Amino acid sequence: MNNLMTVEHLSVKYGNNEVLSDIHFSVEEGDYIGLVGANGSGKTTLIKALLGLLPLNGGTVRFEGDRRIGYLPQAAISADALFPAEVSEIVATGLLGLKRFPRFILKSDQIAINDILRRLDIFHLKQKRLGDLSGGQQQRVLLARAMVAKPSLLILDEPTSALDPKVREDFFELIGDINQKDRTTIILVSHDMESVLTHATKVMMLDRRLLFFGSTEAFVEQHFEKGGFH
Amino acid sequence: MQTLALIEEALQYGFMQRALIVGVLIAVSSSMLGIFLVLKKYSMIGDGLAHVSFATVAIALLLGASPLLVSIPIVVVASLLIMTLNERASVHGDAAIGLVSSFSVALGVMISSVAGGFNVDLFSYLFGSILAIRSTDVWFSAGLTLVVVLAVVLYYNELFATTHDEAFASVIGIRTKFINHLIAVLTSITIVLGIRVVGTMLISSMIVFPTVTALMVSRSFKTTVVLSTFIAVISVIVGVLGSYVMDFPSGASIVMVNAIWFVVLFTVRQLRS
Repeated sequence: MNNLMTVEHLSVKYGNNEVLSDIHFSVEEGDYIGLVGANGSGKTTLIKALLGLLPLNGGTVRFEGDRRIGYLPQAAISADALFPAEVSEIVATGLLGLKRFPRFILKSDQIAINDILRRLDIFHLKQKRLGDLSGGQQQRVLLARAMVAKPSLLILDEPTSALDPKVREDFFELIGDINQKDRTTIILVSHDMESVLTHATKVMMLDRRLLFFGSTEAFVEQHFEKGGFH
Repeated sequence: MQTLALIEEALQYGFMQRALIVGVLIAVSSSMLGIFLVLKKYSMIGDGLAHVSFATVAIALLLGASPLLVSIPIVVVASLLIMTLNERASVHGDAAIGLVSSFSVALGVMISSVAGGFNVDLFSYLFGSILAIRSTDVWFSAGLTLVVVLAVVLYYNELFATTHDEAFASVIGIRTKFINHLIAVLTSITIVLGIRVVGTMLISSMIVFPTVTALMVSRSFKTTVVLSTFIAVISVIVGVLGSYVMDFPSGASIVMVNAIWFVVLFTVRQLRS
């Protein structure tokens, strides 16, 4: 397995408060990592630090080769229901990272957009307004936006928290499929431990420090078979 | 028939021709920018900057300089100041606008009192005066409108991505801060251009009205931009000609036509749902 990303001595501060200290880990190609931890444990902060959305207080985040990340933000369900944007327009923005000024969307880009919409079973929604779709459909549109540029690493921040159980299970199945069929590396933040243990191949547990990082089996063995989860 | 004759008469006048040309140019640039301002919840920035331009016009009149030339750099700086106060989160965005705008109005009033009170000139900049538009204004407006339109076209996708989801745009490598500042600078230019026609008190309506009206019926981002530009241009043409026919002030007439559009499309939306 090739290394995709290496994180060393990462720390992040909000004011004088260190919210992440001395985090070490490396992500290998094909990993499906479930990132778990209580509220306030620094899950979203870690994601933002990896994405370069927050300044690091110390340490490094190194990518091997191309830094091609797809990102599905937390609470991505459109807050502004009035926002005028069709599905195809939203998904097209995912391609802008590959372009240089002026970043025009060309006819040839429509092929990539159509492909990803078909892959995620939402091609029929292409001309719909994002705000008119259900939560599960919106989540798939934003996943399409994250995946249209064919990222090697897909980071999903609480993608299912706003979905109902049936849609949630479908979504997890889709992510598993993307991981196995497309060999896309995945880091998925979730507070839903059960789903993570069912679907992810590795578990990362945070509480401002890295408490655990290893295979799901090892995690289960360590936390559940010695007197239950704690 | 009499109305048509009056319109024909109006079109003979040089000042009416200039008013229509400059008005349409401003309609195009303000409505193209409007969507980004409205959806980023920056609508009030237009209003704040219009108040700043009131102060800069007072300064220019006091110095005997060209109000447009004096206003553009100062209003651009003010817009960047509002953005910076906002970004540093040391002042809330709406409060930052409030500070800058009330300070500017106070400054403008003080300067005009030094200059001997409100004169006709300053009043004409408050509510616009198409009689005052000279042919240099026309060239100036055309040049700057070209800058605004070109910038919106060339940065269209980056503007759209930053407006829809700033965090995502930043992750894929769009310089969102630059884009936000670009919006602020282009807005400043548009506002200064607009004070000639509709005045500092009414210019922000040229930015907000067409977009909000278009949002009532449009589905995609692109159609919203096209529709709001169409609405803005028609409003200016009807407003300017109507003001001549009915002997109303032109700036206020343009805003009234915009308001009628809004009521009509709002009703259409209500009936549809």
